[in-house]
Amino acid sequence: MFDFFYNLTGSEIISGLIITLFPLTFILLYVIFAVYLERKVSGHMQDRLGPMRVGYHGTLQLFADMLKLIQKEDIVARDNDKLLFNLAPIIVFIGSFAAMAAIPLSSFLIGTNIDLGIIYIVAITGLGVVGILMAGWASNNKYSLLGSMRSVAQIISYEIPTLLVILSIIMITGTMNLGTLSEMQTGYIWNWMIFGGPGTDITKFLFIPFMIIAFLVIYISTLAEVNRTPFDIPEAESELVSGYHTEYAGMKFAMFFLSEYANMFIVSAIVVALFFGGYQSPVGYFGNLINVPWLIPIEQFLWFAFKGLFFVFVQIWLRWTLPRLRVDQLMTVSWKYLIPIAFVNLLIIGLITLL
Amino acid sequence: MKEYFGNIYTALTTIFIGMKITFKHLFTPAVTIQYPEVKPQLPERERNRLYVNMDDCIGCDQCSRACPVSCIEIETTKSLPGEDLGKTSNGKKKALWVTNFTIDFAKCCYCQLCVFPCPTECIYMTDVYEFSEWERDKLVYDFATLTPEERQEKRDNLAKFNAEKEAEKLKAASAPKPEIKKDQPEDK
Repeated sequence: MFDFFYNLTGSEIISGLIITLFPLTFILLYVIFAVYLERKVSGHMQDRLGPMRVGYHGTLQLFADMLKLIQKEDIVARDNDKLLFNLAPIIVFIGSFAAMAAIPLSSFLIGTNIDLGIIYIVAITGLGVVGILMAGWASNNKYSLLGSMRSVAQIISYEIPTLLVILSIIMITGTMNLGTLSEMQTGYIWNWMIFGGPGTDITKFLFIPFMIIAFLVIYISTLAEVNRTPFDIPEAESELVSGYHTEYAGMKFAMFFLSEYANMFIVSAIVVALFFGGYQSPVGYFGNLINVPWLIPIEQFLWFAFKGLFFVFVQIWLRWTLPRLRVDQLMTVSWKYLIPIAFVNLLIIGLITLL
Repeated sequence: MKEYFGNIYTALTTIFIGMKITFKHLFTPAVTIQYPEVKPQLPERERNRLYVNMDDCIGCDQCSRACPVSCIEIETTKSLPGEDLGKTSNGKKKALWVTNFTIDFAKCCYCQLCVFPCPTECIYMTDVYEFSEWERDKLVYDFATLTPEERQEKRDNLAKFNAEKEAEKLKAASAPKPEIKKDQPEDK
């Protein structure tokens, strides 16, 4: 994409700016939609209606909320660590925004198609942990600190099963490049990694059950990484007020909020890119049918957004299904269940790839 | 080992059962009533704002006395002998001008105790419950149908009538009456 704009404008700075604007607009548009989706889905799952007043069926609710957040006073308490307190939301947002760079939204819309793609995303989202710990520490509030400590412990322990599953995918495909990974799963729905990946030999069918296990493990562990219910102990409302963003108000709170929702999409995007064909259509392209090649990237983008939003929807769905885990249960799930399962799964997949 | 896999199995199955239930609820109709647009059906014997049908009021003051918070204030003026005030709908003859009938809804506790004593059933509960105000004074409702001038007129009329009567009495009293002494108990 950079090359395309570089050829078009002839300036590195302008083309760089353009390609950074794409993920930013995408995140903002997605957050508007996701917050609305979250509120509507949670409303209807509890037999309520959700927002109904602002705009048609509450469609403009988020704009009203944003307006409220913008005009709010930016409170920094006397005993806060000013520098860290102001820096924390920015770092958290940078963490989730930088991860968007390597996500292949379509074959054209990929910020940088680096060979370390998936590892880069996992590494850069780890920056969020620093921001969260900074926020909790700088708030000078025992609940905030408790929340951020829990969050750090949680994210670090759940990164292990995530990485183990990613490793098993890397073992099969032999690439860490998300663009190549998505291209491999082209064609039809049975070429997706969840159905054993491309090819028709016997190993493809042997992979299927282990792929489903791998998918479940990575979905549960990424859910924990973004601090969503049932793993939302870092911001457990009933115990810790709201964890590390208790002391934040106005736009700083909005930035935490934004990165939280952006992270939801990023982990869904990882799952989609690894298991569900990335931006590939399950049924073939309309652009191929009528022979209009420029339509294909747009279709791919729509497919990717649809798949990503579906998994975001599942996250919301789980939120209203499951109660919150206790801290020890959380650690039990990670260390006693997910990590051993992911390890055994990795071994078996390794053995199958040797066949 | 058996317990370990049992736990995994229970966790997965219960999660899917729970998800099935919440998914069903996604499509059940919401119980929310969109209040200002859609109003809830109130029960038949609801107790809301009072209304007084002044055509039927005989100014008997029974509602005011029944009120536990004294929010009803009634002032009546006697009619003059020649005046005809008409009849109530259930055939009672009205004998008093109701010159003031105010209910302070800021005080009213909606106990409905004023409704039962009314002999003509002219004070009753309506289904109006949206009558909030910015100022408390606006919650004092005046039900009397007479205009302020008419009220003053009635009061003046009665005062004049009473004064005339008093004057007559005085005139009668000023005349010597020996019988009066007879009524008094005699000293023994």
